Amino acid sequence: MEIKETAVAGTLESSDIQIMISKAATGIQIDLQSDVEKQFGDQIRKVITTTLNNLDVTAAKVKAVDKGALDCVIKARTIAAVQRASQTTDQPAWEVL
Amino acid sequence: MAENEERLRRTMMFVPGNNPAMVKDAGIYGADSIMFDLEDSVSMSEKDAARVLVYEALQTQDYGNAELVVRVNGQDTPYYANDVKAMVKAGIDVIRLPKTESPAMVHQLEDDILAAEKEFGREAGSTHLMAAIESAKGVLNAPQIAAASDRMIGIALSAEDYTTDMKTHRYPDGAELVFARNMVLHAARAAGVAAFDTVFTNMDDTEGFYRETEYIHQLGFDGKSLVNPRQIAMVNKVYEPTEKEVLNAKNVINAIEEARLKGSGVISMNGQMVDRPVVLRAQRVMRLAKASNLVDEEGNYIEK
Repeated sequence: MEIKETAVAGTLESSDIQIMISKAATGIQIDLQSDVEKQFGDQIRKVITTTLNNLDVTAAKVKAVDKGALDCVIKARTIAAVQRASQTTDQPAWEVL
Repeated sequence: MAENEERLRRTMMFVPGNNPAMVKDAGIYGADSIMFDLEDSVSMSEKDAARVLVYEALQTQDYGNAELVVRVNGQDTPYYANDVKAMVKAGIDVIRLPKTESPAMVHQLEDDILAAEKEFGREAGSTHLMAAIESAKGVLNAPQIAAASDRMIGIALSAEDYTTDMKTHRYPDGAELVFARNMVLHAARAAGVAAFDTVFTNMDDTEGFYRETEYIHQLGFDGKSLVNPRQIAMVNKVYEPTEKEVLNAKNVINAIEEARLKGSGVISMNGQMVDRPVVLRAQRVMRLAKASNLVDEEGNYIEK
């Protein structure tokens, strides 16, 4: 899936994660801010990366601000951000949900 | 009417669909039904994100034995179609249709659910539905709406929209809702589905909440929609049977079992004839007693 514009999903409220996705030339770069970076940073990055892979996103810049989100929330916000950035909100990739 | 009609549905707790903290914790309060909301509690710009969030939460979170309901956006919105698809794919128990005014709207939802069940390989008929009645037209058509589908588990009165439609607003005594409540309740009972009363939004008026809950309990509603988990214990308390009711119900069930073993049909207990309605009521009391932890596994009353 191609990232066409910068898009954000999620909030800065407790238990949420805000994910901003924008265009990149190649590869996936994740800039993560989290109070639990030490304990869960790798896991959060892994969930974001896996979700992007499943959505066939090969090039993107991701800025993530975590407020203690569970994996299912990280996945949900990543999907929502990609759908917005790729302008596919109305025709979601059902198989990836 | 859908099967498992005799499930307890005392409390249906509303959970805003785009709030991760509330969505993840929804299972811990002991509500009989949890209703994830994609409609009024979610702003226009977040409809897509709420849909995905509820979907992912349903895949991973443990909500125990609660019946899981999702309120989708109305059929006149651009969000409705994808809401229904996503929730059927997620395997939700019940889809709640807002602003239901006619049986045709229920049939439309039924068709859309069936199409989604086929598309995503869900068993046809596995997704149930319920209708929220929120207008004068909906109230007058309630009997047809309640009976419109085999998937129907219940209908709910939604008083905020209804009173606005009626050119009034909510009063503490609820006189403005007398007709609607009785209409919705009768429609539900005639169709053999559950009846849910509307929410009570003033958290500071505990006395008013008890008064309203006791009133709808007396009328015969299955339960009430709730906006705050604090109200769950309060509703359960109103629906809790008394010791006398439990002991009597237990006697009725024992007597009917004894009669069955002896092969006799009609029975009498303490000189009173025990017929079907008495037995059904006794069974309901025992279910409520179990849910309220008033009886042990064999149905014996536990002293407090």
